[in-house]
Amino acid sequence: MYGNYLDDAAKIVAEKREENLKFEHARLTAEQKDDLLLKFHPDRIKKQFTELKIGPNKGQQAPIELAEMLQAKPRLEPEKIDLNHIDYESDVLVIGGGGAGTSAAIMASEAGAKVLLVTKLRVGDANTMMAEGGIQAADKPNDSPAQHFLDAFGGGHFDGKPELVYTLVNKAPSVIKWLNDLGVEFDKMPDGTMVTTHGGGTSRKRMHACKDYSGAEIMRTLRDETFNRADKITVVDFTAAIEIIKNDKGEACGAVLMNIETGEIRIAKAKVVIIATGGAGRMHYQGFPTSNHYGATADGLVIAYRAGAKLLYQDSLQYHPTGAAYPTQILGKLVTEKVRSLGAKLINKDGEVYIHPLETRDVNASGIIREVREGRGVHNDVQDAVWLDTPMIEMIHGEGTILKSIPAMYNMFIKYGIDIRKEPILVYPTLHYQNGGVEIDKTCHTNVANLLVAGEASGGVHGTNRLMGNSLLDVVVFGREAGIEAGKMFKKIKLSDKLSLQHVKDFEKERAAAKIKGSAVSPKILPTYHHGNPEFDKEIPGATL
Amino acid sequence: MAEKKTEKEMATIYIFGKKYDVPAELTIMNAMEYAGYQLKRGCGCRNGFCGACATIYRIKGQNQLQTCLACSKKVENDMYIATLPFFPLVKQIYDINKIKPEQQIMMQLYPEIYSCVGCNACTRACPQNLQTMQYIAYAQRGDFAKCADLSFDCVMCGCCSSRCPAGISHPQVAELARRINGKYIQPECQHLIDRVKEIDEGKCEAEIKKLVKMCTGNIDQIKNLYNTREIEK
Repeated sequence: MYGNYLDDAAKIVAEKREENLKFEHARLTAEQKDDLLLKFHPDRIKKQFTELKIGPNKGQQAPIELAEMLQAKPRLEPEKIDLNHIDYESDVLVIGGGGAGTSAAIMASEAGAKVLLVTKLRVGDANTMMAEGGIQAADKPNDSPAQHFLDAFGGGHFDGKPELVYTLVNKAPSVIKWLNDLGVEFDKMPDGTMVTTHGGGTSRKRMHACKDYSGAEIMRTLRDETFNRADKITVVDFTAAIEIIKNDKGEACGAVLMNIETGEIRIAKAKVVIIATGGAGRMHYQGFPTSNHYGATADGLVIAYRAGAKLLYQDSLQYHPTGAAYPTQILGKLVTEKVRSLGAKLINKDGEVYIHPLETRDVNASGIIREVREGRGVHNDVQDAVWLDTPMIEMIHGEGTILKSIPAMYNMFIKYGIDIRKEPILVYPTLHYQNGGVEIDKTCHTNVANLLVAGEASGGVHGTNRLMGNSLLDVVVFGREAGIEAGKMFKKIKLSDKLSLQHVKDFEKERAAAKIKGSAVSPKILPTYHHGNPEFDKEIPGATL
Repeated sequence: MAEKKTEKEMATIYIFGKKYDVPAELTIMNAMEYAGYQLKRGCGCRNGFCGACATIYRIKGQNQLQTCLACSKKVENDMYIATLPFFPLVKQIYDINKIKPEQQIMMQLYPEIYSCVGCNACTRACPQNLQTMQYIAYAQRGDFAKCADLSFDCVMCGCCSSRCPAGISHPQVAELARRINGKYIQPECQHLIDRVKEIDEGKCEAEIKKLVKMCTGNIDQIKNLYNTREIEK
């Protein structure tokens, strides 16, 4: 029981539960979806975006908060950095210790490369760890990579780069096998058949899961494997890359690193640089709460951009429809889509099912925003919201399903006295994923030589909307591709002895010429939160929670 | 987002010995930030998945030292808090392809588990409410499937190991058991093996290449295919 004003509101949902369970809302037509998105999706609010004045994407739009970071002052003046003092030398430098970074490191080491993996927090402290619902792969007999292609490309509004979508879906089954062979425990039937479910926008049940700890199970396995390769992979943690280093030919050949605790600068030199720094939820675009990891501050985009790498769809974000909207302690935390794929429906304050729960994420997010804005949301002190009727799950699949299939969800709410087996929960969209990023080709190359990008920091795989389960797939598929590619490249490349930060100096000149003002420095590295403490009420970027 | 404007109930807590008054509804992590700390270590996913924020506390007047995750534990009055910024677990190195799913491997890599004195301090320390001592018992016997099952929700925060008189690194033992279970003990997936083979043999190529071609040519054709595709019930 909520034990407050929400009990009465929840009663309406309970009364209509039987009836709502039987009622299946029609899927929206293409026109209805377009109309809903146009009116309510945060990406369509023009005043929340601004034109980039400098850099490779000059003239294009970006979220205000990202544009500020992309065009901010570098953290250090290039003149003050001693590039002659090399601290680390490796064949391959991987920046980022999430799913993409560890997959890349493992595959590069497999090819014989000496790898340096630097990570801002700890290895595994990444959005990958927090992915709950699952990972897609077309490996069932009624499914095919082509079917998966159609879902991913269409779900991404036909904006994806076809060769990237092709790689994503074609490598998916072998990636599931690779993970399984590393020891990842997928949910299986007694005969070995994978337990698979739907995700929003999927036309086949192809979501593989490890209960609702899918990302955590994959990430802890990849982390363990990374540490098992200590002879080849050196891990340096609590160290952020704050600048890419290029050589006299303009090729990437290392990075300026900063110990985030002491501020100490280290220089890493490498033949190939892989950026796998993940997403941007902690930028809190438009003041939204986020389901993202603490370190998701778009650092990779910033350093790649200053090094001259083009971004793609930097103005496309994913707002996950079901972020927790109550209680305040978990505001914005992810309520996995698996809750809906198991049958929980979205219900407005009048107890009505107002949309099909498995529309694509952008459509469902827009639908929730519409209900709230048009007065059909549930009034709630934390954040006005709609209901997600979780008790339906056990009515459909039997008692015990919630503890068996979504234990993390149960644990998250029961800590605050809400039993999702008996009570519906309140949800509102939360900033979840960066659809765009650094533009790559199918082997993860950017337009900067020897600079590869993989995972959420890359753009083009998901077009302008990503389907559930395609991000876990993306990080492992393209993390591996980047590692394999680097494993081929390093044998043909010599370590540079002409290290340069000329591109940073040039960028500063561009800033000055474009008259970009403000004292912001980037990359951001970590957000600052004060949780409403009036002593810290002055304007601090990122403190909008 | 919408903070309540009404008077908040406050709690008095002590962070690394210093006294602070913070809103009683906050988690330990949020309370530390409310007090002005910018967390660097001891903060990760902020939602109970990564185990970065292992924290110890003691309520004034009580002699028991408690463990929790700072991101998902609410503050209490008179709570004395200290985070564990780094937890040194023992992680042994092995080749997953060369080990055998036998009890022997635990004896070789983590022999200290056989020194377990059965005090159950690990279980009491677990913020995930796992049956920690029980899964170690399964590991001792080489029952990796059961060890994997009981430890599945482990976030590897290390709270268990901080209390273990035998020096066991429980999360690493469980990690090994889960990998052995996932790779060697759970049944193989035939439809996965078949599909990988089909792709390798190029049997899926024609169908998907047709779609790729539509993407660069007749976009309306693929839009139509997408909008009329059949959705599995």
